[in-house]
Amino acid sequence: MQQAKTLSARPARPARWLNRDRVIALLMISPSALAIAVFVYGFIAWTGYVSLTSWNSLATTSTFVGFDNYLSVFATGRFQTNIRNLIVFTAFFLLACLLIGLLLAVLVDSRIRFEGFFRSAYIFPMALSFIVTGVVWRWLFAPGNWPDDPTGINLLFKQLGLGFFQSAWITDTGVVPGWRVEGLRTRIGVPMAMIPVVVAAVWQMSGFVMAMYLAGLRGIPDEIKEAARVDGASEWQVFRTITLPLLQPITLSAVIILGHISLKIFDLIVTMTGGAPGNNTEVPGLYMYEITFKANKFAEGAAVAMVMLVVVALLVVPYLIYSRQTEVER
Amino acid sequence: MQMTRWVRFLGSFSIVTLILAACGGAPATPAAQPTTAPAAPTAAPASTGGGKLEIFSWWTNGGEADGLNAMFDIYKQQNTGIEIVNATVAGGAGTNAKTVLKTRLQGGQPPDSWQVHAGKELTSYVDAGQMEPLTQFFKDQGFDKVMPPRLLEQITYNGEIWSVPVNIHRSNVLWYNIKVFQDNGLQPPKTMDDFFTVAEALKSKGITPLAVGGSDKFETPHLFESVLLATFGPEDYAKLFQPGADWSDPRVRQAAETAAKMLEYSNSDRSSLGWADAAQLVLDGKAGMTIMGDWAHGYFISKGARVGVDYGYAAAPGTDGIFMWLSDSFGLAKGAPNPEQARAWLALCGSREGQDAFNPKKGSIPARTDADVSLYDEYLQYSIKAFGSEQLAPSVVHGAAAPEAYMTEYGNALNVFASDLDVDAVVQALQDAARDLK
Repeated sequence: MQQAKTLSARPARPARWLNRDRVIALLMISPSALAIAVFVYGFIAWTGYVSLTSWNSLATTSTFVGFDNYLSVFATGRFQTNIRNLIVFTAFFLLACLLIGLLLAVLVDSRIRFEGFFRSAYIFPMALSFIVTGVVWRWLFAPGNWPDDPTGINLLFKQLGLGFFQSAWITDTGVVPGWRVEGLRTRIGVPMAMIPVVVAAVWQMSGFVMAMYLAGLRGIPDEIKEAARVDGASEWQVFRTITLPLLQPITLSAVIILGHISLKIFDLIVTMTGGAPGNNTEVPGLYMYEITFKANKFAEGAAVAMVMLVVVALLVVPYLIYSRQTEVER
Repeated sequence: MQMTRWVRFLGSFSIVTLILAACGGAPATPAAQPTTAPAAPTAAPASTGGGKLEIFSWWTNGGEADGLNAMFDIYKQQNTGIEIVNATVAGGAGTNAKTVLKTRLQGGQPPDSWQVHAGKELTSYVDAGQMEPLTQFFKDQGFDKVMPPRLLEQITYNGEIWSVPVNIHRSNVLWYNIKVFQDNGLQPPKTMDDFFTVAEALKSKGITPLAVGGSDKFETPHLFESVLLATFGPEDYAKLFQPGADWSDPRVRQAAETAAKMLEYSNSDRSSLGWADAAQLVLDGKAGMTIMGDWAHGYFISKGARVGVDYGYAAAPGTDGIFMWLSDSFGLAKGAPNPEQARAWLALCGSREGQDAFNPKKGSIPARTDADVSLYDEYLQYSIKAFGSEQLAPSVVHGAAAPEAYMTEYGNALNVFASDLDVDAVVQALQDAARDLK
């Protein structure tokens, strides 16, 4: 605006909210804004409405039933198991991605040779679709008739003489510790079959976290670190008290991006385990698909969709509020 | 300054909408890609032209597609100038196709005729008023005289027949590796007791007695329907899937205990194998037996194995003399755009000519009992004979016995059971599932 004033020969007009720039801007965004209003918010509203009706068959006549669908969905052991699995998957996936991503970033940042090669190699898995990742890691983690006639990773262990590492992987039916809680129809704990799924997801996404952290590390001025070193700080202290705090915004962004991927994960699990064994790796996305399109329970499927929406919103909305506040402060 | 804040706000606004877009609503469904059937009419039709028939099936490759195309060829000879549009969607044993089909039906744009399992699976379409009754059509075409009365009774819903069965598959078949059985001096088991004797013998030789899959999500439910049939017998078995059925019967627990014992004799990596992988274990001699529908026969042939030499067949243990059937069929859409062409198609589906063109290629048997037996191979001839003479029971996993909502609950109960072998839990889950019987 400063520039415009000096360049323009016209006398300054009283500031109006709807000036020419804004009209053009509004015109430019209106097609996509309209499309988003209909195809995103309109459909979300419709899904929300459907979830409150009795539309649980192919017949389109339905009545308003309030929160009945939510209650019946939450009462099933299957959905409770889904929620447990989602929490376990998200927690492990986020932690592992952040730790491995940070480690890789620090290593790549330490002025090694062939830095470009390593950087690309670590990011490359992100170029694949989760479908591909799921299929490939399914082959790797299919245990075969172990320990005598194994396949995949088990076979590799056997050939290397590390047979004791063989495991049931994606067919492991265990839940550790598997506590039973009164009133819950699922066991509390970590379903062991989820671990290989987390490994596959981390393999795919940790390179992306590395890239984010790498950008963050490069953005930290050397002067600050130098000043600390002059003051006698050890390398670990520099990392602990300067680098890590300055990377905090990156961590937050990474948590948001990874978090919303993991909370609505579908494709990886469909191709890798299909939710098996039992429902031990099934997440709400799969359940929603199955009850909607196999069992024709559209209203219950919509209820599951709304639950997923709320869960993701719980993560994303505080972030948006926070980032808006920090922007205002600047 | 004002401007940048405004732009930033819009930016974050669109980011959140994108994020919400990705998680809101139902998963995106692939659009139906209407593909004109192969061997489209060559020359321009002379006088009868202009007609169209749109059918919807998920027979897209292998013997199924060959069989369907053979029927298309006959249809085109009989109805010159009609263009057949096969709005197919591949994959997922029909799950993907059904998703698209249901979307079209909800949108009021039905195809003329679609593939559906005969029996209770189609009741969801009937209840929604999306199908036309065909009882009179059956009488007009004489189908009621040539299909087994028990079959017609089992595909009747609300007093009407709703679809024309094109083929019959058998669910309760035990497939075994002949060489493994000969080497160990074993006979295919007839009863459950025989089964466990054979299984123990195989286990002591280090051979997996029973190969079971799981990744296609229907293998253990499939095994269990044979166990239920063996435990209840055909009459009481069929009653289990009637509305208000009594699942607190102690025989349910007995069946679950039998199934748990059978699964203990199976491979431990069930959930990572499909049914075909399990069949392959039998073919390779790594496992002795598998219980699977007779599409396994088609799989064995496609692998170059010979029936009676490499692999043998018998009724699943305890179900000798009972034929558990499932059937692919075509119905007539209410409000079909081309009802005349659709009726001509259904007439072909139920005709001897159509069924004998389709079934030898698909590897199934005709629903009619007057087929030309010489067209079929050894196993299918045995199956035709059994279908004509044995007691019939409908398969629950493959859509004959119960509606889709029930099938989903039943299937999940058994898949969980395959993982934890918890008899109490599966009995409870099956009792809970019974409320979806309609």
